[in-house]
Amino acid sequence: MKRALTPGLQKREDVLLRRHRALPVKGEILVEAGAEVSARDIVARAELPGDLSILRLPEKMGLDADEVLQGIKVKVGDRLLPGDLICERSGLFGLMKSRFLAPHAGEVEFISAKTGHLGLRAASRKVEVLAYLSGRVVEVEAGKSLVIEARAALVQGIFGVGGERSGTLKRLAVAADEIVQPQHIPTDAQGLVLFGGASPSLDALRQAAAAGAAGFICGSIDDRALSGFLGYDIGIAMTGDEDISMSIILTEGFGSMPMSERALELLAASEGKLTVINGATQVRAGAVRPEIIICKPLSAAASSSPSETDEAGVLTKGARVRIIRHPYFGMEAEVLDLPQEPERIETGAYTRILRAKLGDGRTVSVPRANVELV
Amino acid sequence: MSSIDPQKLQVVLVTDCGSTTTKALLFERMADGWHQTCRGEAPTTVEEPVADVTVGALNAVTEIEELSGRRILDPTALVQGLVPFLPRSADGRNGLDLYLSTSSAGGGLQMLVMGVVRQMTTESAERAALGAGAIVLDAISADDGREDHERVERIRHLRPDIVLLCGGIDSGSRSHVIEMAEMLLAASPRPRFGDTLRLPVIYAGNSEAAAEVQEILGGMAQISVVENVRPVLERENLGPAREAIHEFFLKHVMSHSPGYSRLLSWTPLPVMPTPAAVGDMVRTYAISQNLQVLCVDIGGATSDVFSVFRNQAGEPVFNRTVSANLGMSYSIANVLVEAGVDAIARWLPCRIETTDLRDRLRNKMIRPTSIPQSMEDLWLEQAVCREALRLSLQHHRSLAVGLSGVQRQRGIADIFAQGKSRYELVDMMKLDVVIGSGGVLSHAPERIQAMLMMLEGFGLCGLTQITVDSIFMLPHLGVFSALHPAAAAEIFGRDCLINLGWSLVPVFPAGIPAGTPLAEVLIDDRPKFTIKKGEVSRAEFEPDQKVKLKLVPLHKAVDLGAGAGEASERTLDMGQCGLLMDGRNRPIEFAGDSVSAQKQIYQRIGLI
Repeated sequence: MKRALTPGLQKREDVLLRRHRALPVKGEILVEAGAEVSARDIVARAELPGDLSILRLPEKMGLDADEVLQGIKVKVGDRLLPGDLICERSGLFGLMKSRFLAPHAGEVEFISAKTGHLGLRAASRKVEVLAYLSGRVVEVEAGKSLVIEARAALVQGIFGVGGERSGTLKRLAVAADEIVQPQHIPTDAQGLVLFGGASPSLDALRQAAAAGAAGFICGSIDDRALSGFLGYDIGIAMTGDEDISMSIILTEGFGSMPMSERALELLAASEGKLTVINGATQVRAGAVRPEIIICKPLSAAASSSPSETDEAGVLTKGARVRIIRHPYFGMEAEVLDLPQEPERIETGAYTRILRAKLGDGRTVSVPRANVELV
Repeated sequence: MSSIDPQKLQVVLVTDCGSTTTKALLFERMADGWHQTCRGEAPTTVEEPVADVTVGALNAVTEIEELSGRRILDPTALVQGLVPFLPRSADGRNGLDLYLSTSSAGGGLQMLVMGVVRQMTTESAERAALGAGAIVLDAISADDGREDHERVERIRHLRPDIVLLCGGIDSGSRSHVIEMAEMLLAASPRPRFGDTLRLPVIYAGNSEAAAEVQEILGGMAQISVVENVRPVLERENLGPAREAIHEFFLKHVMSHSPGYSRLLSWTPLPVMPTPAAVGDMVRTYAISQNLQVLCVDIGGATSDVFSVFRNQAGEPVFNRTVSANLGMSYSIANVLVEAGVDAIARWLPCRIETTDLRDRLRNKMIRPTSIPQSMEDLWLEQAVCREALRLSLQHHRSLAVGLSGVQRQRGIADIFAQGKSRYELVDMMKLDVVIGSGGVLSHAPERIQAMLMMLEGFGLCGLTQITVDSIFMLPHLGVFSALHPAAAAEIFGRDCLINLGWSLVPVFPAGIPAGTPLAEVLIDDRPKFTIKKGEVSRAEFEPDQKVKLKLVPLHKAVDLGAGAGEASERTLDMGQCGLLMDGRNRPIEFAGDSVSAQKQIYQRIGLI
């Protein structure tokens, strides 16, 4: 018989994590397998090719491709500075000279014998990859990637924006169900990952970013506060590349809901510690959820920590669930019964449901698709 | 394929490996013909930790075994890595004759198309790619308004499965398409699968430039040269490019996807991209029935629109478009962004505060598998569906255009006049049938809800039959129709297409006061219903009752589909929900309190 598997976001106190760290193009891996690394260490480096300009010389100089090729003064591989002569062609009786100079520095990548176009590649840019986890390098693929393993506390969020950041965890002086306002933000939040409150106001987010916070973790957010902070509306839950200085992670969703007790408890226990966070979220195709990781010192006992994939999400009687849909959205409940046959719900649809007891004592029926294990 | 005798088939199993779910259907020939008899489904498994598409396919087949009692899988063969299906037993109770599959798992077939002139070769290239079932990541052309370095940067960042490079008519200028080839070389994008794989490129441009393009790209790509998609201005030739796309899809995309080489070994026919199979079924149906058809598959992330409309020469023309970010779960918030809160809220028969509405849709975006439990939530999702339909049709209409000048010689001046002389193929007044597919339409708790969503979302006009695909069977039937079109058509009519009924929408000039009678509907020659401006009503009949209707405009400017002021007579199967009569002009105007207006409509047609 099939098991009822239900998604749930991980909130683990001690878990063995592995993270794959890859370069976008071939480069150099700076550490060896077995090495111990800290989250902020640079572990890989590569050069990203610069932008390529296609210089349409015949068009720019008013010549045929053949004429351009006859007057070309550079060859493939030449490094040019702005203003260097690329092509020169004498016109009528040698009187009218037509010249074309390099518009920017770069290397000549190609000269087309067919069209007379020239490709000029700008200087490359350096890209560095940080360890992200404080742990041990367990795999290295030369020039491409490595895998780092660490023991850590892990809290997965439901949605986030902004990429990888690190900082010291700092709890805000605000009640769990309160809206975070600017006055709750420390004046100097440089290098801090702030957490607490039900949802932040737009002003509070701006204040936190301006004060130098690296991250902001809260239960939920008003859709308009997020749009205001980003400067645009997010249409697809595929995030992580936003051009913002502070990553934001929500543990519950949109609206105004306090962080779950378990998440708050785990974060509170790690206050003052170095934390790495990543707001990157991808709901579709190989779901990626944002994460908050507080690494622990490596020890011989590391291998005894359970792996993050060990936790099974099986819905059983007595399980604690969070309801993720109107009209009970955000409420926690205890599963009382899991009827086998589909039942008719208010909309008229037939679906498999569960019966659950809410915190206020009410017993309600909820589609199984609308709960997450707490 | 030649070794299979379609006439000997009795039991056929077809899977569609979708991006989230693998659906298996069993087709059986019975005494009265072909039927779809059983359905199983399981999560698709193309990602870690499983990363083998056959696991999800086998799970879906196992569900069919459990539900039907038919033994299908051969455990010994499975362990030995052989074709895991039992042959049909002598008594016909176990096993099967044939296994087929379609796939859109792992993001489907992702293509980059390149052409020279946006409204000519690039558009033809786009139509070829879309018709082959691809998602077009970008359409690059020399006149797309971007700088060269922007194009190079864009191409480099994409990771297409295949590039389709077109440009120029045969015997025309070669230089522009060669420039595009150089640009592709400069960008040298990496293919999505296989770091060691050279980028698959199909060249379907000016045939006289083929050798030069091969020379330019030969070092970085594996090139297939096929006939030009636009050999002359007046004609498109999409078939060869489409075949090459399917060949590359199987050879380079499927074979690099986890578990697909095994899946391919189970079936004697090529695994088709899901949208290509759906398109084949829609096209076959429209052409065989001589109908003009619009079909939408509204999924969680994307909306696919297929149409067959006749061009000015009277030939049926098939088109497909994908609105990549208009969907009902993953992309639901993008519908909100593109349409706006007010456009969604105007379809609601109840009031939901703007903040609440936005938060609810965002929460659906981040928890895409949740389902509406309250009526409010259901109505909200159905309101979003209307907007997704409206926007995806708008997108479709912009690409489903006729090639101008089919019947005439063209001079150089016509090339520059191309933009002006294009014409839309989609003519809603001439649309015969609309087919809705996807959970929000196929599984609407009340069929009339699906009917209303399509009526309002598409802005149907005139007399149109409204249907839904019962359980998203179109891909399965599309791939089966390649082998046995008659059987596929039989199942399509019997088990796939559910006739919801008809909509009748008078088209009339502005300025007619609200409440003015526009048309009369006579049943068996007796006046029965009057359609008034601004009102929506419903005529209910026995399910599938055949009714003789006479449609009479009450004003010479009112068009019911037969021409302004013209009456018409039809005998129609009224389906499950009967006739919806909509006296609102197109586009529907919302004056005053839209909630009250929608509530009234819901009440009049029996939804509240």
